[in-house]
Amino acid sequence: MNSNETQNPAEHYAPGTHPDLPPPSSAYGPVYWIRKNLFGNVTNTVLTLLFAYMLWKMVPFLSEWMFLDAAFTGESRKDCEAQAGGACWAFIGSRLPLFIYGFYPEAERWRVDLTFVLLILALVPVLYDATPHRGKGLIFSCLYPLIAAWLLIGGLGLTKVPTDQFGGLMLNVIIGVTGIAFSLPIGIVLALGRQSHLPIVRILCIGFIEFIRGVPLITLLFVAAVMLSYFVPPGTDFDLLVRVLIMVTLFASGYMAEVIRGGLQAIPKGQYEAADGMGLKYWQVMRLVILPQALKISIPGIVNTFIGLYKDTTLVIVIGRLDILGIGNSSLADSKWQGLSTEVYVFVALFFFISCFSISRYSLYLEKKLHTGL
Amino acid sequence: MSDNVSQGSDQQVSSQPNYLLGLWRNKETRSVILQILTIAVLFAFLAYIINNAVLNLAALGKTFSFDFLGQPASYDINQRLIEYTSQSTHLRAFFVGLLNTLLVAFFGVITATILGFALGVIRLSNNWVASRLVYVFIELTRNVPVLLHILLIHGIIVHILPSPKQAHTLADSIFLSNRGLTIPDPVSGDALTFTVIAFFIAIVGAVYFRSWAKKKREEEGKIYHVFYISAGILFGLPLLVFLLSGMPLTWNVPEMGRFNLKGGITMIPELLALWLALSLYTAAFIAEIVRAGIMAIDKGQWEAAQAVGLTRDRTLNLVIIPQALRIIIPPLTSQYLNLTKNSSLAIAIGYMDIVATLGGITLMQTGKEMETMIIVLFTYLCISLLISSAMNWYNKRLKLVER
Repeated sequence: MNSNETQNPAEHYAPGTHPDLPPPSSAYGPVYWIRKNLFGNVTNTVLTLLFAYMLWKMVPFLSEWMFLDAAFTGESRKDCEAQAGGACWAFIGSRLPLFIYGFYPEAERWRVDLTFVLLILALVPVLYDATPHRGKGLIFSCLYPLIAAWLLIGGLGLTKVPTDQFGGLMLNVIIGVTGIAFSLPIGIVLALGRQSHLPIVRILCIGFIEFIRGVPLITLLFVAAVMLSYFVPPGTDFDLLVRVLIMVTLFASGYMAEVIRGGLQAIPKGQYEAADGMGLKYWQVMRLVILPQALKISIPGIVNTFIGLYKDTTLVIVIGRLDILGIGNSSLADSKWQGLSTEVYVFVALFFFISCFSISRYSLYLEKKLHTGL
Repeated sequence: MSDNVSQGSDQQVSSQPNYLLGLWRNKETRSVILQILTIAVLFAFLAYIINNAVLNLAALGKTFSFDFLGQPASYDINQRLIEYTSQSTHLRAFFVGLLNTLLVAFFGVITATILGFALGVIRLSNNWVASRLVYVFIELTRNVPVLLHILLIHGIIVHILPSPKQAHTLADSIFLSNRGLTIPDPVSGDALTFTVIAFFIAIVGAVYFRSWAKKKREEEGKIYHVFYISAGILFGLPLLVFLLSGMPLTWNVPEMGRFNLKGGITMIPELLALWLALSLYTAAFIAEIVRAGIMAIDKGQWEAAQAVGLTRDRTLNLVIIPQALRIIIPPLTSQYLNLTKNSSLAIAIGYMDIVATLGGITLMQTGKEMETMIIVLFTYLCISLLISSAMNWYNKRLKLVER
């Protein structure tokens, strides 16, 4: 372009045909982005400086404590301190089996591993709908609880393991998975009951749901530990783990019912009327028309309930069962490794963070995939 | 209708099974039958477990009575808001525990709300650094069990903070050590009554001013800085009276004794840990609720408010926040309930709340499992109902204003 053209562009371009000029250099590029997003106004500048200061203080400290100055090998806390001033991960390493299996007999731990592997196999057809032979897989998923119970407890050719030797991560997984698997059907029934036209059924369901949601899980666990054995015929042996599982399942179903009720209420009335108009019976309407849609809408809520339940499995510590957090907490008493509470808690926190965060990511993916615009 | 149908079938069909089938096929009689069946099953179940409980109690030689509440508790409680000694009754121990629960729930709700709203707003700001950091904080906090937060913070306070001798201090009046947080204790003089009266007058004045300003705005379009002026009334008037009456308030500043701090109010490590942990954990959830609530407001609302000529602040105050609150309040209610229920985890670190006093030590001492658990469950139900009805009232009020 020569100077003549830039001076009088109107002469050379018909109206509307002028090519777009690049934006002024102050309106794009990294400098503009930083000015707009980080130092846009006074509040923004203050926030940026504050958070930058926090980052500057925290990142070096944390990375030094966790990695650079941390000790990964050693036989006792003294070994760790001799090596470095940061975290003492050798402690976690030396107790990893305890964190995973609790007090499960060492010779039988392959059974726990097998149960974990089978759990993943049982989950695949449920979570991933393009699984080959999905129908057969779902049958296996339904049978899985029985198989898992047999593998873990024993009997029928396997050595019996008393449930008070269960502990660590396996206890969290057992309680969490059992709670969610059984609370889903109970929750569906409760949610339907809450919307029922039969007043007595409705009142009973509302009463149950509100009671469960009104009391803390920890009191229900206490009920399981001290009160539930009063309600069975005298002389019946009622295993504590089973009692806890029952209570956790009931607890989760109260929350599940509310989640599913939200889904049910989101279904437009026309769907009910159309299904009625087809001449379907109540259970057919529910099974074929309403529930498939309602459950799909409820997926985020169901996953959130599961994450909440999974985190709440740590509460069994208050009735004397040692889950992964309980094992960590009680191994602090070891005189060789005294004063390492931060390491233990950070390790358990990271474990929970990784599992819960990935579950919530999966739920986001599922939500996007199933989104059909309803 | 149902009478007619059943009478009709009565006359026409004589054989018994068909008559029953007719009843079953009628929608209304069927619903009655189903409900009677439900009640029958429920009562049979209740009778069964109550019978079992009676048999079990008899076998153990126990009775079902609440008499133990009048007996001396004979254990100590580390934080008492009302007078309590080990000679006090179990009933009094229950009230001490209840007040401890309510104390931590009350302060937890306040801090969690403030922190949660702040985090939610920062999360939405276009400041990239702040928004990302808050995101990391929220995800890290809410994906970790609350029990772990409590234990971790308690562990840090007890094991990592220095002893009272080397306590961290702010202006030599607030001390943070492994014995907890010690702050100056206000000692009121006689003339402080005037300030308190002035404060109540100021509240009435501020409320009156707000409604007056609203009327002015609606009638004449005149806009006052309602927030600043009412804040001025609320704080200015009591402050003026306080200064005029000769500052009748002194502070009992904690001092370093030989082994421990003397004077001041001390928040024990258990309370501090529980309060901080519950606040942080709940704040992370509230932040997400607030973010979702504000994001749910249609972009058109912002644009319309801008087109009408409202400033950004007025848009937020008059258009966005009232609508967002409607979405925010219901889930916020369940977070408040969760916080209150989670305060029962106090037992893990030895804070003596209702579960730890009545459901813990009293239960162990008296062996009254049924009675204590029933009281504890019932108390939590009452607290939950109170919170949710208060929040429902607030929610309804918002809806009316919004219309």
